Amino acid sequence: MESAIISSQNFNAYFGTNHVVKNVNMDIPKNNVIAVMGPSGCGKTTFLRCINRMHELIPGATTAGKMLLHDQDIYELNPILVRLKIGMVFQRPNPFPNLSIYDNVIAGYKLNGLKLPKADRDAIVESSLRKAALWNEVKDTLHKKGTFLSGGQQQRLCIARAIAMEPEVLLMDEPTSALDPISTSSIEELMYELKKNYTLVIVTHNMQQAGRVSDRTAFFFLGELVEYDDTREMFTNPKDSRTQNYITGRFS
Amino acid sequence: MEKRLQFRLTKSKVFQWIIILFAFLITIPLIAIIFYVLKTGLSKISWHFLTHIPKPVGEIGGGIANALVGSLLIVMVAAIIAVPIGILCGIYLSENKSSKIAYYSRLAVDILQGTPSIVIGIVVYFWIVKPIGTFSALSGSIALAVMMLPIVIRSTEETLKLLPDTLKEAGLALGLPYHKVIMRVIVPCGMSGILSGVMLSVARIAGETAPLLFTAFGNPYLTANILKPMQSLPLLIFNYATSPYDEWHDLAWGASLLLLIWVLLLNITTKWITRKWKVQL
Repeated sequence: MESAIISSQNFNAYFGTNHVVKNVNMDIPKNNVIAVMGPSGCGKTTFLRCINRMHELIPGATTAGKMLLHDQDIYELNPILVRLKIGMVFQRPNPFPNLSIYDNVIAGYKLNGLKLPKADRDAIVESSLRKAALWNEVKDTLHKKGTFLSGGQQQRLCIARAIAMEPEVLLMDEPTSALDPISTSSIEELMYELKKNYTLVIVTHNMQQAGRVSDRTAFFFLGELVEYDDTREMFTNPKDSRTQNYITGRFS
Repeated sequence: MEKRLQFRLTKSKVFQWIIILFAFLITIPLIAIIFYVLKTGLSKISWHFLTHIPKPVGEIGGGIANALVGSLLIVMVAAIIAVPIGILCGIYLSENKSSKIAYYSRLAVDILQGTPSIVIGIVVYFWIVKPIGTFSALSGSIALAVMMLPIVIRSTEETLKLLPDTLKEAGLALGLPYHKVIMRVIVPCGMSGILSGVMLSVARIAGETAPLLFTAFGNPYLTANILKPMQSLPLLIFNYATSPYDEWHDLAWGASLLLLIWVLLLNITTKWITRKWKVQL
C-alpha cells in the first residue's frame, strides 16, 4: 500500500518462549483509525506495544520480523526517536501526579529539557488541550494538579500530553475501558477529530466501539492476525469463520 | 450456648482492653525521658550556654558551642556522603527487583543495618583514622554515613516500589530517556518517602556516640575544620556525664535536652514533609 505509514512484515513477539504475536502482516494507512480487536490474551495489546517499542521493556520480551515506519525499520531506530514519533495512551489514565495540568501537557518537552519560549509553550498547551477537547473544562485550573480531574478528563489530559509532541501515529490501548459511558463517548468523538491530523491505532475488546470509531479493523485470535479489512466490510461480511463467530458473540 | 457466647464476648473485651493498655504503656518511657531531661536540663540552657565553649573545671559557666557546631557539621557531612549513595542504591534495588546484584546488595544492606555501631566505629578507626594518623570529624562523618545508608536505601526502595509501573511507561512513551524518567518522574513522585527516610536516618545518627569515640574523638575547643578532631553533642554528654564534676554534669544535662529537642524536631518535620510532599496517585 502506497500510503501506509506503518507496515508490519512477518512480525513476531515473544515473552520468553511464549509466542504471543505470530507472523503478523499489516499495513496501517495514514489518517485512518485502525481498531485492533480480539478476545483477551490474543496478543492485540502486545502487538500495539511493539509498534512504539514498549514491549521490549518487559524482561524476557523479544521480537522478530520487520515493523516499518515510512519504510524505515522501527527496530533499527533509536527507541526514543520512535516514541517521539509514535505516541501512546494507556488503558488507565496515568497523568504525572507531581505535575500540574499545564506541566503534564508540556511534559514531553519540559522533562526532556527542551527549552521553549513561554509563548510557544502556552500555544502548545492550549492547542493540545483544545484538540483533546479538554480546554474549556480546565482553562481556569491549568496550574492545579492533573490528578484532581475525573477519570475521563485525566484520559483526555493523557491524550493532550501525547499529541503535544506532534506524533505521526497515536496508539491507544483500550483507552476507554476504565471510563464511564459519557467519558467514553466524548473520547470516541475525539478520535474522529484526531484522525484529521494523526493516524490512530486503537486496541479495544469492545466490538461496538470498533464499529463506531474505526475505518479499518484487525481481528486477532490466539496471536494471529485472522482478518484485516474495511470496518464495514468486516462487520457485515466477515471472510473468516472465526471472525464471524467473534462478531456474532459465540466466544469473547 | 448463651453462656458460652457471653464468655467469648467477655474474652474479646478483655483482649481489647489489654491491647489498649499496651498502646498506652509504650508512651510512658518517652514521656518519662522528656519529663526528666526537661526538668534537669531546661534551667541550664541559656544564650551563654549555646554560644560559649566549656570552661576549665572550677570556673563557673561555659557552654557547649563547640559540640553544637561539631554535631551539626559531622551530621551534615555524613548526610552529604550517604544521601546520594543511598538514594541511587535504593533506585537500583527498586528497579531491579530480582537481579543477582540486587539480592546480594539487599542482603548487605540488611546486615549493615544490624551491625553494632561500635563495630562500625572501630572499622573506620582502622581504615581511615590510622592510615591518616589523626582523629578527624570527617572520619566520624564516614562512620555515621555508613549507619545512615541502610535506612536511606531501604526507605527509597520501598517508596519507589509502591509507584505504579504505568507511571514509568507514561514517561518512556513520551520519548524520555530512562535516566530522565527516573530522575524527573519516578524520584519526584516518591520524594516524600525518600525525604522522610533521609530525615529519620539523620535523627537516628544525631545521637550516636559509639561510632564517634574512635573517629571524631572530641575536642574541648571550637573548630570547623573537619580534618581535625571535633566535639559533638553525644560525645560531650558521654564524657561529661561520666566525669566527677558537677559543672560538667550540668553541661551534659543541657546538651541532652538540646539533642532530644533536635531529634524530636526532626521527627516532627518528617511527619510534616511526608504529608506536605505526598503525591496523590
